[in-house]
Amino acid sequence: MSREHVLHKVRTALGRSAGQPVEDPPPVRLNVPQASVEARIAVFCERVEALAGKTHRASSLDDARAYVESALAGRKSVASNAPVLRECGITALAGVESGITDALELRTLCASAACGITGADYALADTGTVVILASPQEARLISLLPPVHIAIVERERLLTGLDELLAILPHPAEQTSSMVLITGPSRTADIEQILVRGVHGPGEIHVVVV
Amino acid sequence: MSAVFEEKIHQTLADPKLQLAIFAATGRLMEKRRKAVNAEVCPDFQELRTQAHEVKRHTIDHLDYYLDLFERNVIAHGGKVVFCKSATEVADFVLGLAKERQAHLIVKSKSMTTEEVDLNERLEHHQLQSVETDLGEYLIQLAHERPYHIVAPALHKTKEQVADLLTERLGVPRETIIEKQTMIARAVLREKFLAADIGISGANFLVADSGAIVLVENEGNARLTTSAPKVHIAIAGIEKMIPRAQDLAVFLKVLGRSATGQPLTVYTSFLSGPRRADEIDGPDEFYVVLLDNGRTKVLADRDKRESLYCIRCGACLNHCPVYRKIGGHSFPWVYSGPIGAILTPQFLGVNHEPGLPFASSLCGACAEVCPVKIDIPKILLELRSEVKKAEEREGTSRLERLAFRVWAWVMRHPRLYEMAGMAAAYLAPSTDGGGWVRRAPSGIRVAPLDAWLSQRDLPSAPAKSFRQLWRERR
Repeated sequence: MSREHVLHKVRTALGRSAGQPVEDPPPVRLNVPQASVEARIAVFCERVEALAGKTHRASSLDDARAYVESALAGRKSVASNAPVLRECGITALAGVESGITDALELRTLCASAACGITGADYALADTGTVVILASPQEARLISLLPPVHIAIVERERLLTGLDELLAILPHPAEQTSSMVLITGPSRTADIEQILVRGVHGPGEIHVVVV
Repeated sequence: MSAVFEEKIHQTLADPKLQLAIFAATGRLMEKRRKAVNAEVCPDFQELRTQAHEVKRHTIDHLDYYLDLFERNVIAHGGKVVFCKSATEVADFVLGLAKERQAHLIVKSKSMTTEEVDLNERLEHHQLQSVETDLGEYLIQLAHERPYHIVAPALHKTKEQVADLLTERLGVPRETIIEKQTMIARAVLREKFLAADIGISGANFLVADSGAIVLVENEGNARLTTSAPKVHIAIAGIEKMIPRAQDLAVFLKVLGRSATGQPLTVYTSFLSGPRRADEIDGPDEFYVVLLDNGRTKVLADRDKRESLYCIRCGACLNHCPVYRKIGGHSFPWVYSGPIGAILTPQFLGVNHEPGLPFASSLCGACAEVCPVKIDIPKILLELRSEVKKAEEREGTSRLERLAFRVWAWVMRHPRLYEMAGMAAAYLAPSTDGGGWVRRAPSGIRVAPLDAWLSQRDLPSAPAKSFRQLWRERR
């Protein structure tokens, strides 16, 4: 189509020629504070709860499973293929489907499930954010279609914030086609600025730190 | 000022419900921003703005390089880049692809760029259904209107109006509870997401070193749009570029805080290419449409080039005393508020609405809150001067020039100035009950003065002039 036309107009507008070198951009500005794991967990839970999310600090893998079991209350759920879910015994709970690798099957399940259960590649303490990279372990729709999302975060995955995430993951595209940062339940305020949760994504989010 | 512009302004001013809705909504957004940028919660906010400005300046000044780098990285991840010079080309591309894929239904997430090119209308003209999925944008589409605000498109609609709209268009029983209205829309749109053949999104950022697009949102509709259908098309202006993924540490912070007072929005998606071979779900095809549509014209103007740094946060609208009175639909194009007042004349020409750069008090609030530090008042002044030059070329401003020559002559002669002041005070007794002069006095009711006063109220003349008081008290 108009590739050459547009690029030519850009160069003419800037007075540059094709292939002309570029000076260095301003240095990247990343600010990674120091914080102990305990402090990070405390801040993280506080932030998630401030956004009306629920949190649970699990003392053991069994404790994590027990929390999830009571949250599910036997409802039909879909779990991702994250190893931590199997280790906790969550994939063996009644009503939980997991191990799905077919896109269509997964989509049908997610569209009717009450809960989606995922791991987390990282979590960001200062914003209460769960970070999920699409992979054979994590599908996109499990944290999106069901009305409830439960994320299991391993404590060593808890970072201070966005700056630390981008410091350790400077090129997310090398690993995944989709990195999503989830900060609280889905919300809208499009009608009279009244807050409504769960408009398209899950209206309820639980984060279990193990 | 065109008659249409003036009429729309007066319509908005005459609607007390609408006035209250705009005032309340923008006020709340201002308050949210204020809380999110204060030094206690975000001590380095000003440095972040400076960094954002510097990074944008560098990127825009070397845009050809970054466009090329971006394209190569999109291709490396299995996606395709389509350059379009105009609105027609965007529609042609989408229509062509939809035909090849035998697509019938498109879901869309909110994008000002697609509003700019009237994409929905163009697609529907060819019997292709294109459904907006952001709640506010969906309501606007049902009402066949344009977004009222860059960030909050249905800001002007009351829940009663939404109730009528849903009943009329969807045939559902009338519902005035906002939670239930939201759930009605959710149910309708959920079906659309699962049935759609193509998902179209905008892009908040194009990341050159990754070949990725970044989307920020609160509802989850952009995630659904880009995850559920087999084909994802992202449509963005070429100026949305940033050099590195790591720059997001700056841009995501200033965007969320400026727009809605959120440190991060609920969902931030970083998307590069279609689903990888080993991933379970996601689109099979990934296209990025890079749109010119007038941007290279702005790029060529060194003094006003910074207009392209805009990241569409809407903060300048919320803080603008003019936007807060005349609202979003008075503006002549899809971009409203201060940013619209500088983008519209540059994209569509100053003659499109010559009154636009003058519809500002130049108070500077927009520049003060702009997260990328665009000097909007300076650009407005330059555009005013362009409007005047155009008028001079066309000879439409002869009377005004005469008036200003007389004015300048009077101002250069102190005695004459004093006499003119006394004459004006003598002639201007016709104040209303509140002590304001709203109309020209009957003795000198001439058309230009009447027109000038139709936009302005003057305080009544004091009993003694400043000069008189000065002489008495010296």
